[in-house]
Amino acid sequence: MIKPLFTFRYSVIALTLFWLGLFVLVPHVLVLIVSVLSPDPQHLVVWPLTLDSWARLFDPLYLEVFWYSLWLSGLTTLICLLLGYPFAWVLAQLPAWWRGVLLFLMIVPFWTNSLIRTYAIKLSLGNKGVVNSLLVGLGITDEPVELLYTPFAVVFGLVYVLLPFMVLPLVASFDKLDKHLLEAARDLGAGWWQRFRHVVLPLTMPGVIAGCLIVFLPAMGMFYVSDLLGGAKNLLLGNIIRNQFMVVHDWPFGAALSVALIMLMAMLLWLYFAANRRINRQGGLDDDGI
Amino acid sequence: MMTGFNRKFFQWSFITAIFAWLYLPIVLLVVNSFNDSKYGHEWKGFTWKWYEKLFENEALVQAFLNSLLIAGLAATVATIIGTLMALAIHRYRFPLKGTASGMLFVVMMSPDIVLAITFLVVFIALGIQLGFWSLLIAHITFCLPFVVITVYAQLKGFDKHLLEAAQDLGASESRIFRLIILPLVFPAIIAGWLLSFTLSLDDVIISSFVTGPSFEILPIRVFSMVKVGVSPEVNVLATLLLIISLLLVTLSTLLLRRKY
Repeated sequence: MIKPLFTFRYSVIALTLFWLGLFVLVPHVLVLIVSVLSPDPQHLVVWPLTLDSWARLFDPLYLEVFWYSLWLSGLTTLICLLLGYPFAWVLAQLPAWWRGVLLFLMIVPFWTNSLIRTYAIKLSLGNKGVVNSLLVGLGITDEPVELLYTPFAVVFGLVYVLLPFMVLPLVASFDKLDKHLLEAARDLGAGWWQRFRHVVLPLTMPGVIAGCLIVFLPAMGMFYVSDLLGGAKNLLLGNIIRNQFMVVHDWPFGAALSVALIMLMAMLLWLYFAANRRINRQGGLDDDGI
Repeated sequence: MMTGFNRKFFQWSFITAIFAWLYLPIVLLVVNSFNDSKYGHEWKGFTWKWYEKLFENEALVQAFLNSLLIAGLAATVATIIGTLMALAIHRYRFPLKGTASGMLFVVMMSPDIVLAITFLVVFIALGIQLGFWSLLIAHITFCLPFVVITVYAQLKGFDKHLLEAAQDLGASESRIFRLIILPLVFPAIIAGWLLSFTLSLDDVIISSFVTGPSFEILPIRVFSMVKVGVSPEVNVLATLLLIISLLLVTLSTLLLRRKY
């Protein structure tokens, strides 16, 4: 029996393919195409095909800006990890009820508009904000320190907005950690550092990489954080991309930057899956000897 | 070697410090929304005047309503399409299924700035004017994967024999969907809607690329307000948004807990 084409099943499948094709697959392909076209002030992009935009990615002038913005995002990721890892570890040792409550409290600010949270940070870091009041009040400095419009402010704001993204995957990976392995390591005489280095860290590595991934990637794009807190000098990759599209109207270069960001994302994802596979294959532990 | 007590003390201090840091700036915003002093450096007495000022600011109220409209519509459409997509991926075999799942994964993982660019380019290419429709389509699309994984997780959890029994008794696919699948995944559908609503309301980056002068939404308005300086109306907005988000999060937590 031949099934009619307009059944429920086929409609659902068609809708799925249509929407994802038209609004996800095609747009990504278009961005790739735009990146090899020539810029034009009137028509946005024109023929002929050229690799000029790609070549400009390696222009020393831009490279310096890229490295600086990568450094800001990387530093943000590192600080999130240094704060989030011990936090998740402590959380994992708490009774389930407490863990639930604290995780919930962690997520609540994450549901407040991140632009508004960035504004809150801007107020706190101002000359008469909380941070400076504390510094002066505690006698650490005599007068307010210029905190706003510095790289410090950008990283501070990014960590503030993105910390929950680091904590959640870490908590999930600590949840999966088999506590008996730690007991076994202790019984076999492993010290605190050895237990951490050879049991806890390798087993939570997927969480670490996942957390770093979902902090680092958005951290490069959050142009409004650097706009509000960093001023004109402390640019993120997001600011540069946005300028190409909205201000300079050099779409091909902006598209090339976006494609480069996608490639970076693909590389990091590959790293994540490779680490996950490694853990699954080895049944959990690193085997490079103690 | 640290004693048990010392270690506990240290751990709780660390947790408290993190939470103090997370909450202090937000609490200050809320407090300042009632503060008579414009710059909020000191407490000058309780006032509702910033709330009044907010509601007198017609452009801001309109932007707020527009944001709620987009969030409501995007969440609803994303929930409907996302539920059907989860069903397709869970239950049917079709060509390009791997590609479809891959696309959902890409939307979930891509930084917002990249998605924003792809949306902008496709809207320009298709000739869709930037404004209401472009915003709606973009918001629906970036909410989709979150609905799909929420509903998919629920679909995977329930008894396949129910569906087989219904099929053997001659129920059509749409009947199975309506009478069995839909009621069973309903909590996930609600959770997916609430998640989409908050995601849509929270978005700044994608909206700022696909919005047009004809339809202004809140983040764009707020961005231009806070860029120039301090504005107490933003404190009020923050307080209102916080209340909305808190209600929604509590609701979704309660709904998801019910199934256990």
